[in-house]
Amino acid sequence: MKYTEDDLREELKTKEYEYGFYTYLDAETFPKGLNEDVIRAISLKKEEPEWMTEWRLDAFRKWEAMAEPEWANVRYEKPDFQNISYYSAPKKADPNKSLDDVDPELLEMYKKLGISVDEQKKLQNIAVDIVVDSVSVATTFKKTLNEKGIIFCPISEAIKEHPELVKKYMGSVVPKTDNFYAALNSAVFTDGSFCYIPKGVTCPMELSTYFRINEGGTGQFERTLVVADEGSFVSYLEGCTAPSRDENQLHAAVVELVALDDAEIKYSTVQNWFPGDAKGKGGVYNFVTKRAVCEKNAKVSWTQVETGSAVTWKYPSCILKGDNSTGEFYSIAVTNNYQQADTGTKMIHLGNNTRSTIISKGISAGHSHNSYRGLVKVNSKAENARNFSQCDSLLMGDLCGAHTFPYIEVKNKSAQIEHEATTSKIGEDQLFYCNQRGIDTEKAIALIVNGFSKDVLNKLPMEFAVEAQKLLEISLEGSVG
Amino acid sequence: MSLQNKLTEAFKVNTKNVTVENYKKEAFEAFSQKGFPTTKDEEWKYTSLRSILKNEYGIESAKATSVTAETIAPYLVDGVDSYKLIFVDGVFNTSLSDTVEEISVKLLSEAIEDASYEDIFKNKYNSLAKGQTSLTDLNTAFTNEGVIIEVAKSKVVSKPVELVYLASGETSAMLLQPRNLIIVGENAQVKFIERHQSITDVATFNNVVTEVFVGQNAIFDLYKIQNDKNNASLVDATFVAQERDTVASVYTFSFGGNITRNNLSFYQNGPGCDSILNGVTILEGDQLVDNHTLVAHKSPDCQSNETYKGIYGGKSTGVFNGKVIVDQAAQRINAYQQNDSVLISDTATINSKPQLEIFADDVKCSHGCTIGQLDKSALFYMQQRGIPKVEAEALLMFAFCSDAIKEVKIPGLKRKINQLMADKLGVNIRFDEI
Repeated sequence: MKYTEDDLREELKTKEYEYGFYTYLDAETFPKGLNEDVIRAISLKKEEPEWMTEWRLDAFRKWEAMAEPEWANVRYEKPDFQNISYYSAPKKADPNKSLDDVDPELLEMYKKLGISVDEQKKLQNIAVDIVVDSVSVATTFKKTLNEKGIIFCPISEAIKEHPELVKKYMGSVVPKTDNFYAALNSAVFTDGSFCYIPKGVTCPMELSTYFRINEGGTGQFERTLVVADEGSFVSYLEGCTAPSRDENQLHAAVVELVALDDAEIKYSTVQNWFPGDAKGKGGVYNFVTKRAVCEKNAKVSWTQVETGSAVTWKYPSCILKGDNSTGEFYSIAVTNNYQQADTGTKMIHLGNNTRSTIISKGISAGHSHNSYRGLVKVNSKAENARNFSQCDSLLMGDLCGAHTFPYIEVKNKSAQIEHEATTSKIGEDQLFYCNQRGIDTEKAIALIVNGFSKDVLNKLPMEFAVEAQKLLEISLEGSVG
Repeated sequence: MSLQNKLTEAFKVNTKNVTVENYKKEAFEAFSQKGFPTTKDEEWKYTSLRSILKNEYGIESAKATSVTAETIAPYLVDGVDSYKLIFVDGVFNTSLSDTVEEISVKLLSEAIEDASYEDIFKNKYNSLAKGQTSLTDLNTAFTNEGVIIEVAKSKVVSKPVELVYLASGETSAMLLQPRNLIIVGENAQVKFIERHQSITDVATFNNVVTEVFVGQNAIFDLYKIQNDKNNASLVDATFVAQERDTVASVYTFSFGGNITRNNLSFYQNGPGCDSILNGVTILEGDQLVDNHTLVAHKSPDCQSNETYKGIYGGKSTGVFNGKVIVDQAAQRINAYQQNDSVLISDTATINSKPQLEIFADDVKCSHGCTIGQLDKSALFYMQQRGIPKVEAEALLMFAFCSDAIKEVKIPGLKRKINQLMADKLGVNIRFDEI
């Protein structure tokens, strides 16, 4: 029987967010509200030293004086910061954090997510740190990493055990007052991952963090800090999901990467927060600040697949400070239904012979809006800077929008900058060609979208690429225009 | 006293035309609220007007000094037979201007008193410019001269119309705010050449607004030549509203001036429109040129083509902001935009922001933006063959800009542009003979 557009529409209606289950974990949650006492309480709960408490309070005081940014091309109801619980932890999380102690329900949850913490991943050689709601619940493969001198642990642990590293680097890339949400995060972050790769060490496995917002009425504020010392290499993966809820949940994270001389960091994200239902109700507000500093000869590569969240506001950036440093940004952003995404990157060329590449693919369907916002800046002292940017948008249906806001600022004559952007839809001839060969319309679209996104998918680590491809298909199901 | 305060004090409406009086009052109110734009304003992020607002401008239009045909000759396009309309210090100069019979030319000051123009004032005048920016509002509130040009249905105008605005004041800095309205009838064809020129040593600031209505099937061309003195600044706003199956082109050649800001907006109100926006900018010294373009695709089956080339030397700054908006109704659009720049000095700056906002799915929209240097091997090749470096560079730069010039439809004007480019690049090459 012929698969018609009506069938598709029907399927779209019934299609639910696959990861929208809620796991009944016994959780300890703070009452809603935010003030200095709450921050002190978080700090106390995490058994933090005095300097950290002060650091948080300082950030909070600065945040109070700041205004919420309005410039992004997104419209949403402003979150009420007093109506969020700033701390929620699954109660049974064991301080020993060995895999056996992890709540079995939690493991079940990860199985559902297709992210297993068990053998399967061990075979694939991935060390995982899992953050549920606000607290890191499991870190695997600790021993193997320890042998190499690699530190990979929840940031709350790092604050206690490696204060010298945390003190030196936290806030060095994203200062407390960088922006409204970064300041909020600095004040209330409850956990996240910390990773330090010593000099000359190539991390033997992929490091991975999985974030999940489980509890209702909470916000997630995690903080990730990755420091790659001279000549080291690390590949880092980050994934996120949240249950389906009618309310909007807030996620305001900060990720800081420090790549010292000759180091390389590859940071990949598959973001699949709950995008809200087909009518645009609920969903996660994803307001994230991600930034990297590259010293001499260092390289940072951001890869992201953004399929979730009701509203996304995210610009992973590279400050190319050292000579010969390289920054890369590969992104696929998919929006469907009433999702809104304003995402892109900033490449700041400060050193000589710095290079950056930006490949951004936006796919909009339904009533969604997808914006690329990027900045390429070449300082007057940065000789021979090189940038290549490509932003392509694909539109499905005539109710969605695709927007491009690239900023290019060049103050040095030796710079070479290329920027190109295209917007188009899936060609009827392409679909017809597939149909002729017995590929139904839905499959054909998945095929074409995959081809469109290939440049970025290729940059993802293997097992993530498979997941990401599947995610793309799910996100776009039934969106034939 | 700041310029804004001074303007507030000087504002008065002395016209019996109620429609215009209302426009002026409304616009003045809007300007008072917004004030002059600052770099905090997203649309003015890279262009600061502070340095030119400091000057002590005379607000009342000064009495025009006598200008002879010899004085203005260098600023006309020689070798082009055209209808010349000359304004000196904001006043129309009858002796230097030609009488035009093919089209209707009416001075703004006269039209306001003429009841037969009421319809135009009600439906056309200020309908595109209203509320756009604080500077267009300022123009609406204060303007007292300009032209209203009507091209009759099916009229193919035999010669281009050359509009020249001279500033000749001798005592205080001059703020000039001419206002033009061009209405092109169905099936008509007409070409314009526009130039704002200072022939005085005092600072000048031109705040110009031009509204253009292009009727069905009509063809409209406008060539802007900007090669002013280093103390002359220009903020130009040109709005072009296109009916179905029209072709409208605006060329902007910016070779001089202090601060030049070109706000160029196209509105495609009917299907089958074609909009062409081309620009060449060659700067040196402290000059700044800011090209702000908008193409609003509001109807289906239209296209737009935009090519801007820039060469920046000295401490000059180039700004390009190209916005393309495709409405949901505007299916099957083909929009193309290209902005290429070359920096030839260590202290020059380029800020580019090509911008697409697309709400329709069946479209082909692309933009490209490059910043780079002259090809070293090409330079070497030419030097090997005995072409001096300066000339080789000039040839490459001319080739670089040629995309934006090649479709100029008036041969004499093309020669003039080539000559201006050669002067600007410091060589004596007849580019048009290559």
